Amino acid sequence: MFDNPDLLKAVFGRLTLESFPYHEPILVGTFAMVALGGLALVGILTYYRLWGYLWREWFTSIDHKRIGIMYMILGIVMLLRGFSDAIMMRLQQAIAFGGSEGYLPAHHYDQVFTAHGVIMIFFVAMPLVTGLMNFVVPLQIGARDVSFPFLNNFSFWMTTAGAILVMMSLFVGEFAKTGWLAYPPLSNIGYSPDVGVDYYIWALQIAGIGTLLSGVNLVATIVKMRAPGMTMMKLPVFTWTALCTNVLIVAAFPVLTAVLALLSLDRYVGTNFFTNDFGGNPMMYVNLIWIWGHPEVYILILPAFGIFSEVTSTFSGKRLFGYTSMVYATVVITILAYLVWLHHFFTMGSGASVNSFFGITTMIISIPTGAKIFNWLFTMYRGRIRFELPMMWTIAFMLTFVIGGMTGVLLAVPPADFVLHNSLFLVAHFHNVIIGGVLFGLFAGISYWFPKAFGFKLDPFWGKMSFWFWVIGFYFAFMPLYVLGLMGVTRRLRVFNDPSLQIWFVIAAFGAVLIAIGILSFLIQIYVSIRNRDKLADLTGDPWDGRTLEWSTSSPPPAYNFAFTPVVHDLDAWHDMKRRGYIRPVDGFKPIHMPSNTGTGIILAVLSIIFGFAMIWYIWWLAAFSFVALLAVTIGHTFNYKRDFHIPAEEVVRTEGERTALLAGAAQ
Amino acid sequence: MKRFLAVAILPFLTMLTACNAVVMSPSGDVAAQQRDLIVISTILMLIIIVPVMMLTVFFAWRYRQSNTEARYEPDWDHSTQLELIIWAAPLLIIICLGALTWMGTHLLDPYRPLDRIAPGKLVDKQIKPLQVEVVALDWKWLFIYPEYGVATVNELAAPVDRPIDFRLTSSAVMNSFYIPALAGQIYTMPGMQTKLSAVINHPGTFEGFSANYSGAGFSGMKFAFLGLSDADFDKWMTDVKSQGDKLDRNAYLELERPSENEPARRYGSVETQLFTAVLNRCVELGKMCMDEMSSIDAKGGLGLAGINNVHPLEYDKYTRRGAIFAPPATYVARICTTEEEERMRASGQPLLSPRDTSPILGAGLPRPSAPLFGVQRRPSNS
Repeated sequence: MFDNPDLLKAVFGRLTLESFPYHEPILVGTFAMVALGGLALVGILTYYRLWGYLWREWFTSIDHKRIGIMYMILGIVMLLRGFSDAIMMRLQQAIAFGGSEGYLPAHHYDQVFTAHGVIMIFFVAMPLVTGLMNFVVPLQIGARDVSFPFLNNFSFWMTTAGAILVMMSLFVGEFAKTGWLAYPPLSNIGYSPDVGVDYYIWALQIAGIGTLLSGVNLVATIVKMRAPGMTMMKLPVFTWTALCTNVLIVAAFPVLTAVLALLSLDRYVGTNFFTNDFGGNPMMYVNLIWIWGHPEVYILILPAFGIFSEVTSTFSGKRLFGYTSMVYATVVITILAYLVWLHHFFTMGSGASVNSFFGITTMIISIPTGAKIFNWLFTMYRGRIRFELPMMWTIAFMLTFVIGGMTGVLLAVPPADFVLHNSLFLVAHFHNVIIGGVLFGLFAGISYWFPKAFGFKLDPFWGKMSFWFWVIGFYFAFMPLYVLGLMGVTRRLRVFNDPSLQIWFVIAAFGAVLIAIGILSFLIQIYVSIRNRDKLADLTGDPWDGRTLEWSTSSPPPAYNFAFTPVVHDLDAWHDMKRRGYIRPVDGFKPIHMPSNTGTGIILAVLSIIFGFAMIWYIWWLAAFSFVALLAVTIGHTFNYKRDFHIPAEEVVRTEGERTALLAGAAQ
Repeated sequence: MKRFLAVAILPFLTMLTACNAVVMSPSGDVAAQQRDLIVISTILMLIIIVPVMMLTVFFAWRYRQSNTEARYEPDWDHSTQLELIIWAAPLLIIICLGALTWMGTHLLDPYRPLDRIAPGKLVDKQIKPLQVEVVALDWKWLFIYPEYGVATVNELAAPVDRPIDFRLTSSAVMNSFYIPALAGQIYTMPGMQTKLSAVINHPGTFEGFSANYSGAGFSGMKFAFLGLSDADFDKWMTDVKSQGDKLDRNAYLELERPSENEPARRYGSVETQLFTAVLNRCVELGKMCMDEMSSIDAKGGLGLAGINNVHPLEYDKYTRRGAIFAPPATYVARICTTEEEERMRASGQPLLSPRDTSPILGAGLPRPSAPLFGVQRRPSNS
């Protein structure tokens, strides 16, 4: 049987023994580590009999808080993968001088930088941002869950399915060697005949379904499920930014889906959308992918802006300065996000007028962004600033982000871009805004809302360690790249001739090591905080003297979030309630109508992984089988009538009673 | 303004001497103007960035919780004047920068012929610009000098102070042609032509490379750019011409195959029209040129018969490859011979006006006697 190549091909497609990279020591070592770690995890889960608990309480959960937390865990796990790619690149570039080839051959190095970009954007930043929005938004608007709770669970598992496909490419076959946006013709079948680009396409398509649906879900939630009295201009700023982000997602992600679908048609059925011959045009791909890609960066940064607004206001003990202009600034950024995509390729040879138009629209975005910075500044003015961790991240952000903003506007000047495009200056710029903006924001958000999610604060000592190593590491890692960019060094190079460059790469690698310590400190922080959870416990539900509704309920909130739907009278609803002497109701509870858990989401995601894998490896029978199964399960789920249940009034009474006791204990 | 600029550039200059930042101290006038724009824009933005950074630190320190002397106004959240200022200040900066951008982008448009070769030195209309045709190959650079009829690989030379007109394309995937000392970069794309105007003001050897990742051999895709005095350039050109190798279609197809870290190479003569053929993706004998194809299509196309005018592709840069659910990759066959076509191009006669209206002959097309699937051919309007 095994010597019949046709049969083998029918059963396994193009998957052969050679597809497994057992001859590459780095990958074998990684695999051994991952396998050992995975086995240990499975062992522990089995030993403590946690599988049932995980399945019932987490995997099938449609509680927006648990899904939010699972998104965060996914983002942090993938951060470790994305960061190991980063440190491998830094090491390669720091040693590949003076005739040395470094330690990574081209076909490995090219996969590493592609995977780094794809993972950091799609599977680190996106899940962390979506996770925070998922957790916080319903609490901030006084809702019990999102509009479509099952869809939320399904979205999460589709995102995870995409991440799993990317991880599989590490050990089965290879990942794309095209750069993170897979420009054709390089990504076409003629120049990338291997499975790498197919992994890229299917991972992003599957994860994209999740992202799009979660966008729809959160837009519906914010528009339809706000507490009574919460008009749009009383919406907490983070929710406003979440709304704009999700509008961007809903409008931008279909473009990505379409452009990847066209690319896969080119690769699978021989169409000529982006080929060199037969009228295909790769410039079309570049335009389309950036029509998605530019809004994508605002999808990431807007929620971070929202976090900084909440944090600055809370820790300055002051109302947010210029709420109205903050909201308008966010909306203006949302609209302008669609009018700037061409600045990613001024050097393609569009005319001067086209280039100036897109250059100037890009600069105009800096006006509302600048206004936001001033608004935070004047929120601090005449405040009483408490330098807790979230506030420290915010100050670091304000100082770091303005540098990235400045270099960004500089790159928007087309003639300047002609000399800086694709250089390490550009790499330094977008890391400056993504780390200095999005990531600092996410860390601020994590330390700010962690006590709400788990009922205890994060350990401040290890948090500060993480903060300082991250911030200083960032400057060490990326400021040298600005210098290298001005020295005319382009990105994605694997080896170098000019010895005078080496010192800058060594400094950047040192910075990456500092960031590694920062990440390690963050993990230690979580471990130490769990160990000391009693000492760090938050009994009141309002550890920071918060201002928005999420702080009015217990930490962690009960499954139903609010026993009674709050009524909103002012912008900072909870601050307003506290000021007017709000008394928490302790009786009169009624049964609460809630959605039921379901395993359909995870089953669909597993089938999607199988379908994607089969398409990548040309295993047609399996693709057909899994596709039919996907349809069957989806249709089957529509016959599931056990969609909801009531939490009995007694249980609500008991839960609220426990909180009353806790609050009494805390008050003493 | 000059003095102001000089002072402003000073810190940058000290930095360059330390680390040889070629973008900040280029040797070509175009790159120098681009550098000036970088410096001016940076200064403009620093006008607002520096106060913001200082205020951030100052407010953070001044209004810290332990400083009970500072005023605390928890409900102060609006001030119309202040909001006007914080929207107007960035707006003013962006208006200045936007005007600068509009002018700079038009003045430094890479397609625009140069009007000066250095500050205050206008282009001498008597001097014809040096024509260079650039082809990005996997993974090396081909330079054709049409006036001189020579070609080089991974080595480019130009006389000092003479404008250079680059016309660029690529053989397979996207690259970006960039000599930081000379001028900003421009993409090179297969089947498309981009242009770049530049001038080198100082003699020397400078680095050029691809600034857009193009696959495995990308790191080695470098070339030397020589800025030479007129005498040295003539000497260099004589040297190149004395090389026996000729770059004809076959030599090009051989050269085009992927290779990494190629040393510099010189061809004493080069087939005329080679660049046009590369640009139109018809170096291979028997393959229809893209401009020909478009003009046929503009006249109504070959009709249904056209789909037969294809041949299976034996070699496409790497190997013969096609999508999994598609027939083997094909190319469109030529209608006239390469020689006829070259004669036509050389004579400058437009290819667009057909000489007779009898059915077009092509490799895969049916014989003239056979019916054309009942498709009505448009009468020619010649």
